[in-house]
Amino acid sequence: MTTDPAGPTATTAPATAAGEAATAPAEAVSCTGLTYAFGETRAVDGLDLGVRQGEVFGLLGPNGAGKTTTIRCVTTLLPVPAGMVRVFGHDAAKERMGVRRLLGYVPQQLSADGGLTGRENVALFARVFDVPRRERTARVDQALAAVGLSDAAERLAGTYSGGMVRRLELAQALVSAPRLLILDEPTVGLDPIARTGVWEHVNAVREATGMTVLVTTHHMDEADQYCDRVGLMHRGRVRALGTPEELRRGLAERKGTDTLPTLEDVFRDVAGSGLDDNTGGGFREVRSTRRTARRVG
Amino acid sequence: MKSGAPAAPHAASADRTPGEDTALLLSPPVPRAGWRLPPARVLALCTVELQKLRHDRTELYTRAVQPALWLLIFGQTFTRIRAIPTGGIPYIDYMAPGIIAQSAMFVAIFYGIQIIWERDAGILSKLLVTPTPRSALITGKAFAAGVKSLVQAIVVIVIAAVLGVALTWNPLKLLGVALAVVLASVFFSCLSMTIAGIVLSRDRLMGFGQAITMPLFFGSNALYPVSVMPGWLQAVSKVNPLSYQVDALRGLLLGTPSHPAADFGVLTIAAALGITAASALLGRLAR
Repeated sequence: MTTDPAGPTATTAPATAAGEAATAPAEAVSCTGLTYAFGETRAVDGLDLGVRQGEVFGLLGPNGAGKTTTIRCVTTLLPVPAGMVRVFGHDAAKERMGVRRLLGYVPQQLSADGGLTGRENVALFARVFDVPRRERTARVDQALAAVGLSDAAERLAGTYSGGMVRRLELAQALVSAPRLLILDEPTVGLDPIARTGVWEHVNAVREATGMTVLVTTHHMDEADQYCDRVGLMHRGRVRALGTPEELRRGLAERKGTDTLPTLEDVFRDVAGSGLDDNTGGGFREVRSTRRTARRVG
Repeated sequence: MKSGAPAAPHAASADRTPGEDTALLLSPPVPRAGWRLPPARVLALCTVELQKLRHDRTELYTRAVQPALWLLIFGQTFTRIRAIPTGGIPYIDYMAPGIIAQSAMFVAIFYGIQIIWERDAGILSKLLVTPTPRSALITGKAFAAGVKSLVQAIVVIVIAAVLGVALTWNPLKLLGVALAVVLASVFFSCLSMTIAGIVLSRDRLMGFGQAITMPLFFGSNALYPVSVMPGWLQAVSKVNPLSYQVDALRGLLLGTPSHPAADFGVLTIAAALGITAASALLGRLAR
């Protein structure tokens, strides 16, 4: 299944003035025939994907579907051949530094440094994104305020709860004013209240800045509630694409049922029986998820 | 969530309305010019290292125990025995620069464990997705290790001074000492990060660290002059950067005859080679 290349329908179109030479607004992320293999295992297998500017795009799928590998290709962490991945028109293979400057990235693990305070954690990312000294304090303050951590800023991140660490990571990603925020399983291991808290802050920040959000999750309910569009990924490819509403209606029509199915039903339909025997390189992901869950407590 | 304490912050954050003052979060910072980028990254990572040390000094104190014992027990005993030719100075004075170098090396040689931990915790991925070239990241980490080692070395220098070792207090010479400690630590931490890039696991790196620290230490002039070594050990000492570091420290701190040009030359080249090797292997840690 391929993505339709229709123009951006973003509700809050971001100002494309900053450094965008191209007249046609490029897609925030476009992957063409993206393939990445770990040895024999093809984690991503000919993936086509287009994320429009300003939308919250959810990449869904079970462990081992290739979500994290896709994210790692988009973030330049994994080397990809030229022409396969573009971020706002910049090739992830040729313009790594240019791509990185557009990104805010929150990995799957709880990755704040427990030996530093919340403020120091954010300040580090202000420094490595070249925020000049005179505006560093103000910018760090605003990032911390945007995620509701102003009061806890001077405490060591090691004393934070799981939800707070996630929000701190969000602040770290936001301090450089990214145009694309990439969240890999942002709510894994969090309790329901913390999950809602993380999503509320993501949404509030998006409303304020108009940034594009690419998020992976295997919580179908979250995707249904918070994503503008979703791509259902299975065995390294996007198997269905559209708004959660579209996908659910589509299945209802095909099945001829009156009650609207859930996104999970859609996923079962798309993945078919293959869901059970998925063996695709999931061990590392499971392991790191477990580790994250342990750290969250 | 089992513990009750962390529940409060969620409620507190809920009534906050984010987005009221986010003006700066709308404009991306202007990129620094290419040549100014590596020094800025080195500064950023060194700052982080010092901040961590400020919050938790436990490691600094526990790591001071071993060098203190070396000086106190080994040093004082061998000063009485007079078994080792030291060129006319008390043995404890002779070995003090060696112990300073050793304690700095121990900090640096286990620095690779930290980078593997940062990799497992996702911190490394996050840093790699910032506009930081890999060589700049490694250089930053290496100098951060240098800063940490330097703080450790200062503690040992103070212990040595308390034990009555006649050290120089000439600020210029002490600056030279700092430079030698940092350069050597850059090399040893890069050695550690290079091995980290090969073995990719903390446990294996611990094993390697244990396996190489003692040969590096005993295969150097830290405890005895090169002249009393058997031929094969002299050869080891000749290619061991620790020997050049000790030679430089001895010359600067005690005023004994040394070869500063060769010492600093070798340490600089070793540091540069270390950074190159560790940068080349960082990609393996990123995967």
